[in-house]
Amino acid sequence: MSNLKGRNLISITDFSKEEYIQILDIAEEFEKNPKQAILNDKVVATLFFEPSTRTRLSFESAANQLGARIIGFSDPGGTSVQKGESLHDTITMVSSYSDLIVMRNPREGSSRYASEVSNVPVINAGDGANQHPTQCMLDLYSIRKTQGTLDNLNIALVGDLKYGRTVHSLTQAMCNFNTTFHFVSPDELKMPESVKMSVRDAKLKYYEYSDISEIIPVADIIYMTRVQRERFPDLIEYERVKDSCILTANMLKGCKDNMRILHPLPRVNEITTDVDKTPYAYYFQQAQNGVYVRQALIAAILGVR
Amino acid sequence: MENKKELVVSAIDNGTVIDHIPTHAVYRVIHILGLEGYEDEVLIGYNLDSKKLGKKGIIKIKNKFFEKDEINKIALVAPMASLIVIKNYEVVEKIRTEIPNKIEGIVKCVNPKCITNSEVIRTKFDVVDKENLELRCHYCEKFTSKDTISFVE
Repeated sequence: MSNLKGRNLISITDFSKEEYIQILDIAEEFEKNPKQAILNDKVVATLFFEPSTRTRLSFESAANQLGARIIGFSDPGGTSVQKGESLHDTITMVSSYSDLIVMRNPREGSSRYASEVSNVPVINAGDGANQHPTQCMLDLYSIRKTQGTLDNLNIALVGDLKYGRTVHSLTQAMCNFNTTFHFVSPDELKMPESVKMSVRDAKLKYYEYSDISEIIPVADIIYMTRVQRERFPDLIEYERVKDSCILTANMLKGCKDNMRILHPLPRVNEITTDVDKTPYAYYFQQAQNGVYVRQALIAAILGVR
Repeated sequence: MENKKELVVSAIDNGTVIDHIPTHAVYRVIHILGLEGYEDEVLIGYNLDSKKLGKKGIIKIKNKFFEKDEINKIALVAPMASLIVIKNYEVVEKIRTEIPNKIEGIVKCVNPKCITNSEVIRTKFDVVDKENLELRCHYCEKFTSKDTISFVE
């Protein structure tokens, strides 16, 4: 077992495969018993330089349920940031007030930089389009929980594979587990070459599709993402392809019994609401799992697990 | 012929000659090596005829000897450059520059959303492909390549 005390989590590659598993195991323990007063003497700072509902609330819920105090802001308006304070100075100050910093900032690389400035560990809660490692860890947790394993699965990733950072991180992370990948997207939003290269480097297979119906019978996990209209320079093109990545309940006939549908949320129309009632829908539990995974990370990094 | 060339930029007795610098990169090399503030003699020539480069630049720095790491920093702008170490007017060593594994404070990140482009931060890159000069930003993790490279002012 690694000692994760004092570690930063900025990028999904900062932790080894064994360390992910260690966090998932701790998260499982918190799922059974989420309210434990083990961080009574700790202060967690949540610095959200851009709005976020799920991520911020689940971090704050995680820390609160473990008894930690929370300081921070959910919007930089009204703080010294708006007066033009540099990230360097904000982090230097906050690291003297807290035991751990959780930060979301739209500027890419800001969390790595914060971790170099800070005296206390930093968890990246999203730095622009770059990394959002705790989302990836809760995805891994949800996959393991629903499938009983992370090994040898068929994972289908659907929607905006070009710009979606969650699908890039998840692909990178799942390369450790002998995964077969199925990439479903409109041509304009295909998985970038750099991500496909990491799959090839791991000597794993991937297949590409433009129609979601093809992967229904083979997938163990269908990971849906939003296809955003603003990604298309040509709206006629958007209209043509927009339905190719929509999942409805009657499309699920013939899927595997163990198949589960994940989505980082918020969803718009890419999963119709009739899917919610099927036994395959798992996206709301997935969001709930975010609390346990963040509890595990906070506890491990603060050295109480 | 050779002697005449030597006269264009006069010889130094001790120090380092950096030869085969692309003409356009001479001042950048000076900047990268921090020679603006150097207090001994520095001789600079550019637009000199070169068989290898057509036109080349040359810098002669009196009483200055570089560490390998220091000199490799210029490989990005002057990949063909060679260093000649002079002692008592004699060439004692010739060194070719090599692209280093890490580059700090020289290259600008191509990503406008990168934190290094909005705060005063020394840039850092890992060189992932020396041949094609592909660099990965230590902060935002985006790639900068030969075609998109630009330098910190």
